[in-house]
Amino acid sequence: MSDISKHQKPSLREWLTSDAPTSRRQAKFSAWYRSWLALRSNPMAMFGLMILLFLLAIAAFAPIISPHDPFAQDLALRLSAPGENNYILGSDSLGRDILSRLIYGSRITLYIVALVALMAPIVGLFVGTAAGYLGGWVDVVLMRITDIFLAFPRLVLALAFVSALGAGIENAVLAIVLTAWPPYARIARAETLTIRNADYIHAIKLQGAGALRVITKHIWPLCISSLVIRVTLDMAGIILTAAGLGFLGLGAQPPSPEWGAMISAGRQFILDHWWVATMPGLAIFTVSLAFNLLGDGLRDVLDPKKSGK
Amino acid sequence: MNTFKSLMLGVAAVAIVATAPATFAATPDNILVIANRIDDITTMDPAQSFEFAGGDLSRNVYSKLVNFDPADFSKGYQPDLAESWTVSEDGKTITFKMRAGVKFHSGNPVTAADAVYSLQRAVKLNKTPAFILTQFGFSAENADQTIKQIDDMTFSITTDAKYATSFVLNCLTATIGGIVDSKTVMSHEKDGDMGNDWLKTNTAGSGPYKLVNWKPNESYSLTSFADYYGGAPKIERVIVRHIQESATQRLLLEKGDIDIARNLNPQDVAGAGSKDGISILSDLRGRLMYISMNQKDPNLSKPKVVEALKYLIDYKGMQDSFLKGQYTIHQAFLPRTYLGEIDDKPYSLNIEKAKALLKEAGVEDGFDVKINVREAQERIEIAQSLQNTFAKANIKVTLEVGTGKATLGVYRAREHQIYVGAWGPDYPDPNTNAGTFAFNPDNSDEAKATGLLAWRNSWALPEMSKATKAAVQEGDREKRAAMYEAIQREHQKRSPFAIMFQKIEQTGIRSNVKGLNTGGAITGVSYWPITK
Amino acid sequence: MGFGRIAFTVAITMIGLLFITFIIGRVMPIDPVLSIVGESASKSTYDEAYRQLGLDKPVIVQFLYFLWDVVRGDFGESLLTARPVLDDLIRVFPATLELATVGTIIGVTLGVPLGVIAAVKQGTWIDHIARVVALIGYSMPVFWIGLIGLLVFYGKLGWIGGPGRLDIFYVDIIPTVTGMILIDSLLAGDTDVFWNAVSHIILPAGLLAYYSLAYISRMTRSFMLEQLDQEYITTARVKGLSEHAVVWRHALGNVKVPLITVIALSYAGLLEGSVLTETIFSWPGIGLYITTALLSADMNAVLGGTVVVGLVFVCLNIFSDLLYKYFDPRSK
Repeated sequence: MSDISKHQKPSLREWLTSDAPTSRRQAKFSAWYRSWLALRSNPMAMFGLMILLFLLAIAAFAPIISPHDPFAQDLALRLSAPGENNYILGSDSLGRDILSRLIYGSRITLYIVALVALMAPIVGLFVGTAAGYLGGWVDVVLMRITDIFLAFPRLVLALAFVSALGAGIENAVLAIVLTAWPPYARIARAETLTIRNADYIHAIKLQGAGALRVITKHIWPLCISSLVIRVTLDMAGIILTAAGLGFLGLGAQPPSPEWGAMISAGRQFILDHWWVATMPGLAIFTVSLAFNLLGDGLRDVLDPKKSGK
Repeated sequence: MNTFKSLMLGVAAVAIVATAPATFAATPDNILVIANRIDDITTMDPAQSFEFAGGDLSRNVYSKLVNFDPADFSKGYQPDLAESWTVSEDGKTITFKMRAGVKFHSGNPVTAADAVYSLQRAVKLNKTPAFILTQFGFSAENADQTIKQIDDMTFSITTDAKYATSFVLNCLTATIGGIVDSKTVMSHEKDGDMGNDWLKTNTAGSGPYKLVNWKPNESYSLTSFADYYGGAPKIERVIVRHIQESATQRLLLEKGDIDIARNLNPQDVAGAGSKDGISILSDLRGRLMYISMNQKDPNLSKPKVVEALKYLIDYKGMQDSFLKGQYTIHQAFLPRTYLGEIDDKPYSLNIEKAKALLKEAGVEDGFDVKINVREAQERIEIAQSLQNTFAKANIKVTLEVGTGKATLGVYRAREHQIYVGAWGPDYPDPNTNAGTFAFNPDNSDEAKATGLLAWRNSWALPEMSKATKAAVQEGDREKRAAMYEAIQREHQKRSPFAIMFQKIEQTGIRSNVKGLNTGGAITGVSYWPITK
Repeated sequence: MGFGRIAFTVAITMIGLLFITFIIGRVMPIDPVLSIVGESASKSTYDEAYRQLGLDKPVIVQFLYFLWDVVRGDFGESLLTARPVLDDLIRVFPATLELATVGTIIGVTLGVPLGVIAAVKQGTWIDHIARVVALIGYSMPVFWIGLIGLLVFYGKLGWIGGPGRLDIFYVDIIPTVTGMILIDSLLAGDTDVFWNAVSHIILPAGLLAYYSLAYISRMTRSFMLEQLDQEYITTARVKGLSEHAVVWRHALGNVKVPLITVIALSYAGLLEGSVLTETIFSWPGIGLYITTALLSADMNAVLGGTVVVGLVFVCLNIFSDLLYKYFDPRSK
């Protein structure tokens, strides 16, 4: 910090909004803060964010807030309507409390989303930057592979993968990653191509840096922001795919309260006991809407070109 | 809920007035429309067909030598295309006399040559259900000698040993006993396939109905055969449409778009059954639901543990809740209505007793175990109930749910610990179940007797296997029944099988449909007695 | 971009696609022989079927055989339906095509105007509503909303037809020409069948349409915003052109190329076979066909279905590429 700041120590807010940042760190934080302010002025995005924070809290405190044990069966009180017999959202076909199952199910949903959101962009980043930076036949081969995966019917690929490895959350995650990485690879490649010929990269290369070093130290950091935007927008899709796999019986295994599997189990009661399938459906819908609202807002803020302002 | 419903009804009433008519549509009187799951049909050839829906179709298209009369199953098999038969003194040769004046759908007369051709064909093709015939010693090599035409209307079959005549004839009522029109089939033979390829999608029978078309996984339709020897059926056209979902079948039934819904789950039976104009037909079928414990597992091979687990199943709770009306508690390997059936139910949920038994076995602290179950709603629910009750005696269960084919693969490779299974009889004779639940002559891995349930569970039972073998050769019906009763009582006590339920098929029908018979535990559905 | 290069790209992609599918089929823990012979079959029956499937040969040989068959248009026979896979595909693909086409037509008819209006009225409540409508479309689990939709509109209200493509009585009345019932029934002049088919397709197609509407309207909006900022728009306004002409003729005219690409992609997505929609509505299309086959280890059917889907996808991609090149002035 400079001397001046010692005399007139700016408030945090002033420091963050300063037009003349004095350090790279300040510039970065300042950019983030501005984005945050822009996001905060978008009520729908904030609404989405609040839902997600709420979901996080629910997942974290699941054991405390669940009114019942999500696995405890009571065949005598099965298919209770919402409000009946102390079941706020009703009970399912084995007499388990739907609310408690939804609460615990939020953990599974978050777990899947987090894993996919970490893995898919990383795979895409590896493939895309390698293809873009190395060029030549590496580029041709990698992009062909990417195209092949893009041409595959996504849910069918995921289905095939899960049936080959066996059903389960981890395999469902891997299957989703397998279908989700190609778009990230394309983005990463496009970014790499624009960066590759920049003067400073040439300068670094002249200093004797190898390909690996250039890619990891100088190209990856620059690809990350566009990947992050894309991931946020994809979150809802990930949730829906995961729930779809659960619905087809290929995701989390019973008795675990995965939302898609709960809909699948409840569909046979749909005519007389609508709540069994409806409640988890609403949960999926709410969370994926929240991700979409937030993602949409984030895109406006971080990617002004797309939103037009 | 009530407000929701009345709101919906209110909206509906307005809508019906305001928009296109949502009328109640009844099916025409000469057409019968059925919703059923028929995606298991892969062929129409009686020598190859081996699925429930295929058996239903085959029963109405192909007449057999002997058959069950839908009006009264208790009479046992009755003459059909064979008018009469005699058994030789050594009990090995049966000579059949064919009924005169019967015609195939093509117009060709039904003769002994057709019967001989059909049986030889089934043996020589050696497709999946061929074991039903080859268990009597018929083979591709000896079929020409053992199945012989005598004259135009008589022929004989000779088995390799003496078997109960009822056993042999019961087997001939199975789908594979369907008599095909030899001239028509031979005219469609290619590359020596005995018409197998053509019969996949076409039929050449003499039954009350003939096939019009079959669209795999979608529908098949039949039209009545005017020259059927038992008189042309009243319903001229039968359309069976594949509808996977129970809820959909129910909606179609309630709207009158279909006459019969064959795969309603308990909720939809309760819902549809309470509506005017719909009645529910309950029919005890042959399918059993059981769990079995692999005897290769160190814990599960302890007899006390096996017994304890049989006390840790909430038979009644399941029967009265999610299986309500569709399964009834049954704990022996022969389905009720079979020769030799017993109705003993020695086991019920008794956690204290189970705990005591586990203590005697030295595992009072419980153990971890995996249950393999296939992806089907009722089985998953059964498995979750087991998980719940086993936990009360500290047995921690993890479920492994897989597709039917994958789960079966694990089971056949003897790689499971506990398996939730269903077993349907292949032919209406007690040996069909005794020969798999209580028969395992060679328990080694090399034997690969994957068709035997006892082998799949690595259960060696030399004594019981002998008893089962003796029972198929006993000619006296009463004695034979007593032998099966004894085997089952022993089986209940010692076997690693906990047989839990027998299937009740609940069919939703429009009240104007009369005379439906879904086949009980012994055969398929009969369309020809139906009237509207 | 020469023809040779396109053919090469397609060929490489297709071979890769086939290879992956083939490998998946090999590692699947399902015994294809067992699928044919059933669980009660004797050892000799089993062995015979094993040889018939060619499973006794090395994997690479099996793959080459398979490639050769595909090149000749022979996908083998499906285990499930006991018919040539090609026949099955010819039967099921039109069902998907019909559903996806109706869905896309509705999606475009509503989505493009919605996107344009949202762009013109940017920041107003119309824009917000358009945004929320689109985001809700993105967020719906189709297997759930499909169930609820069936329950309400078919079960309770009786406004629409149930699952499947037609009521049972209407099945097999009209001759199959294109396999698309809406077109076939009109060709046959049978309006009863036509309206019945409409009542069955409206909900599943509507759901698919909603999904593509969400995507198309969002993309239209952002393309339009880009255009409306351009100078020529200002010039046009200054010249006194009506606002209507400026927006709908000039601006929209200039985004038609990227828009068509977006629509083509969305169409390809729907054609891929909306497995879940087809499952819920018992729609006998290619998605349902592949899924059912996959779960029963009917590998011939899976491979055949994947080839068709892959081919459609690749073709649509190339089509939109070519279109782009043809219309886009910058690439000339």
